Amino acid sequence: MTGTPKLSLLGTMALLFEAPGPPVLESQQRIWALSRAAADWPEIEEAVPGVNNLMLTFRTAPRNVAPLQERVLAAWAEAKPIALQGRVLELPVVYGGDGGPHLPEVTAHTGLSVDDVIDLHTAPTYPVYALGSHPGYCYLGGMDKRIATPRRKVPVLSIPGGAVSIGGEQTGVSASAGPSGWNTIGTTSLRFFDPERSPPALLRPGDAIRFRAEKVVR
Amino acid sequence: MIEIVATAGLATVQDLGRSGSLRYGVGRAGAMDRVSLAAANLLLGNEEDAAGIEIQIFPFTLCFTGPCGFALTGADCGAKLDGTNLLPWSAYTATTGQELTLGLPSPGPSRAYLALSGGVDVPEVLGSRSTQLRGAFGGLEGRALQAGDRLSAAAPGTGRGGFGLVPPKLGDPVRVLPAAEYDLLTETAQDLVWSTAWKITAQSDRYGYRLAGETLTFAEPVEMLSHGIVPGVIQLPPSGQPIVQMSDAQPSGGYPKIGTVIDADLWRLGQAPIGGRIRFARTTWSEAVAAGEALRRWLAEAGRLIRLQRGRT
Repeated sequence: MTGTPKLSLLGTMALLFEAPGPPVLESQQRIWALSRAAADWPEIEEAVPGVNNLMLTFRTAPRNVAPLQERVLAAWAEAKPIALQGRVLELPVVYGGDGGPHLPEVTAHTGLSVDDVIDLHTAPTYPVYALGSHPGYCYLGGMDKRIATPRRKVPVLSIPGGAVSIGGEQTGVSASAGPSGWNTIGTTSLRFFDPERSPPALLRPGDAIRFRAEKVVR
Repeated sequence: MIEIVATAGLATVQDLGRSGSLRYGVGRAGAMDRVSLAAANLLLGNEEDAAGIEIQIFPFTLCFTGPCGFALTGADCGAKLDGTNLLPWSAYTATTGQELTLGLPSPGPSRAYLALSGGVDVPEVLGSRSTQLRGAFGGLEGRALQAGDRLSAAAPGTGRGGFGLVPPKLGDPVRVLPAAEYDLLTETAQDLVWSTAWKITAQSDRYGYRLAGETLTFAEPVEMLSHGIVPGVIQLPPSGQPIVQMSDAQPSGGYPKIGTVIDADLWRLGQAPIGGRIRFARTTWSEAVAAGEALRRWLAEAGRLIRLQRGRT
């Protein structure tokens, strides 16, 4: 892995580490390693993996943040990919129609047919890179770049739980109703989160999802 | 202990927020104005982070179904207990059957906080009693309060009333540390971040404030990978109109970030009314850390004064 990682601050409450290079699985596996290491540091409240990046939240704002920044960079240089072997979950999806209102925008942007978009979307086994956005939501790696579609100019105020969507070069499934800047192309049903369960999220980094086209509404 | 008689909506049980579950996709939630909630708790001798009720739409009326100490902070809503005017930022004791009414706030802060002796007694979920609206857990059944809801105080007999606090100054503007993508804005846009009086639009809520003002543009389009964010982060979607993430912020997002409202000023932003205007002032790491320490000193001093008062009465 070449290139320089990027460190930035989120106010005085957190630091963001962004790995160089594309968000490939091997890089994400190093993010998991860095996350495990940093989670044990005394000044860190929580290590939160994102897609090819890691947020570290602070217990209290350090007077001088430079030593911590150096420690993160040193730990990244040493981080070896961890290959987590989780389970693979298959999700039936109804593509298009009321449950996938932005499918036409994905076909318009990519110049592909509805069938091509669905074929490309159901082909991969998507590794869970990280959880975020809302309780139980999984960021997935491995989407085919041919169906990449930019996030929406103005976020939608609410999309339902189970919405399957594309944002930039990423795809995912919403775990509950809420606002989203992504393009919703289909819908599925699964309970991804239960606050009474430990851990509360159904999936964890290293698990994987496959989508199956149950129905296409044209 | 209390029963909600009338609410215009969006009143929720909140503490100072949930930590440690960001990696499961669970954001902080918690009071929009954490200083006011902490102060209300201090007035009753509660722990600062006990759960209270955040009220943001008025009028709001509740009835005490048993004797209980309570304190009100935040917005000055001309509160009345059985028709008797109450002072803002003060603690009182209610007897069974008394009715507490909060009207429209006077100009100034827009959200009111009600603390009960010992704290509002709802179950802790993932380490907090705050209402997590998305996912529907925490608080009372993970939702906003409705007429007819009943809530208990954890220790109704503790905490006498009869004294108050001078509220901290709201002031203007809020201080901001530039974030990772600030440097990618055009020079004109960088200037506009600080010179614009941003309007807080009607599409603003506990998730975030959608601002309206000058359109900010990047020198080149920026597409990001999803990454962790915290309350206070100012995102810039392609519309060019900034969004400030607030208490119900998602734990991650993908829009570029132009700045972060510092933690020490987030409570002031949390009190800004919809339709109002806010300005951002650029700050530095050391100023931001010092501001956080000053705020903690203010709370510690408030706690000390209250303990002195309580010792006397």
